[in-house]
Amino acid sequence: MNLLREVIDQYINRSGFFLEAFIEHIELSAMAIILVTLIGVPIGIIMSRYPKIAPPILSFVNFLWTIPVIAFFGIMISVLGLSTLNALFALLIYGLLPIVRNTYVGIMEVDKSIIEAGKGMGSTKWQLLFQIELPLALPVIIAGFRNMAVMTISFAAIASFIGVGGLGKAIWRGISLNNLSMTIAGSILIAALAIAVDLSLGYIEKRVLLRVQGRTKGGIVNE
Amino acid sequence: MIEISFKNIKKIYPGEKIALDDLNLEIKKGEFLTVIGPSGCGKTTLLKMINGLVMPTQGELLIHGKNIKDIDIIALRRKIGYVIQQIGLFPHLNIEKNISYVLKIMGVEEDKRRKRAEELLSLVGLEKETLEMYPRELSGGQQQRIGVIRALAADPPIILMDEPFGAIDEITRKTLQDELLKLQERLKKTIVFITHDIEEAMKLGDRIALINKGKLEQIASSKEMFLILELLL
Ligand SMILES: Nc1ncnc2c1ncn2[C@@H]1O[C@H](COP(=O)(O)OP(=O)(O)OP(=O)(O)O)[C@@H](O)[C@H]1O
Ligand SMILES: [Mg+2]
Repeated sequence: MNLLREVIDQYINRSGFFLEAFIEHIELSAMAIILVTLIGVPIGIIMSRYPKIAPPILSFVNFLWTIPVIAFFGIMISVLGLSTLNALFALLIYGLLPIVRNTYVGIMEVDKSIIEAGKGMGSTKWQLLFQIELPLALPVIIAGFRNMAVMTISFAAIASFIGVGGLGKAIWRGISLNNLSMTIAGSILIAALAIAVDLSLGYIEKRVLLRVQGRTKGGIVNE
Repeated sequence: MIEISFKNIKKIYPGEKIALDDLNLEIKKGEFLTVIGPSGCGKTTLLKMINGLVMPTQGELLIHGKNIKDIDIIALRRKIGYVIQQIGLFPHLNIEKNISYVLKIMGVEEDKRRKRAEELLSLVGLEKETLEMYPRELSGGQQQRIGVIRALAADPPIILMDEPFGAIDEITRKTLQDELLKLQERLKKTIVFITHDIEEAMKLGDRIALINKGKLEQIASSKEMFLILELLL
């Protein structure tokens, strides 16, 4: 109970500090999320055009994803030094897997007979991609995006160790000052942010799924 | 006049599977040709060759006397209506957009597309409200009807139909067959219609092509085919 009061006191007494860290955290995460999406979705699309190159690319992003986070950030600091760019790079490395994989799988899983109808009616490759394949893959792509966004928000805490601010700052400072309530206060905000993003994207995902399946009148989705 | 002509067509799929074997077939303009044969005999392969979804391994396929390999395939497909075996309506598009998809990719304006969709819908006796519905909200028979009129949207001279009335009950099937015959009386398209069902083939086709193991076994008018079958059975 004491700890809870201490945490609340943290928010009251250092509201300026937490607000700043919170905004920095959102900025860093948002930049990383946009970057990963802009790079990952086209990679997934290209893989779906040339399925032969898909397995090696998937293994590679999967490999990146399995590098222990702490080890990776350690290397980043010692090799590349401290900067926002490096933090973004690190978040990019980890965020690629879900978005690349889901874009690729989402497109490949579109019903072959639907693709064939679209092709047979005279769609160009681009028309097929934008009118049929991507819209139908969208729920799966959004699921990957959601996964990636939540992961990026939590990993961004570690990224603040590379000196770019964010809520990781509070955790970091709490640890070094031996101030537990400060560490907890930072962690709670990160968790809250991640949960809020997860819930809203989950909602969007469901709406899009209904749309894509042509159940606008709100039928039940069987998954 | 010959609209489509298969000249010594052979199709070998990867894995040495021979789907069509030295097939010769001439399809006349304005005729309703039904193609019948056992499962796996190469009917769908034959059909997909006409709109370039499958390319011949050997031989020549001529459309209006021109080799399909020298034809702009996208432009050709837009002039060929295609009803696929699994209906293949776009689940994310409402019925209006499904019907007018081909017009959209051809760049026809929105209000003209809408008008055309309404026109086609009345052709098969469906309510105007259907335009706003989605494929999933329709019965099997209604979906089949939409699949058929979608192929008519750009008023193509050739229509390919791959077992379009496959998975529906007997009564709806009879109705759809009658509707199609009535349509054809008016439209005079070149129709290639695949079926498993000999009765359907005889009822609909001006001529019937019998395919077996990738070869054209028989081609005859409905009347002749009737006699041939009498002799065989
Ligand atoms: N893409 C493909 N790759 C390899 N083999 C194929 C391919 N498509 C068809 N085949 C084979 O070629 C043969 C002819 O297939 P096709 O689909 O033309 O038959 P069909 O007469 O339409 O059969 P059904 O009545 O069951 O629809 C079959 O043995 C099939 O397994
Ligand atoms: Mg078939």
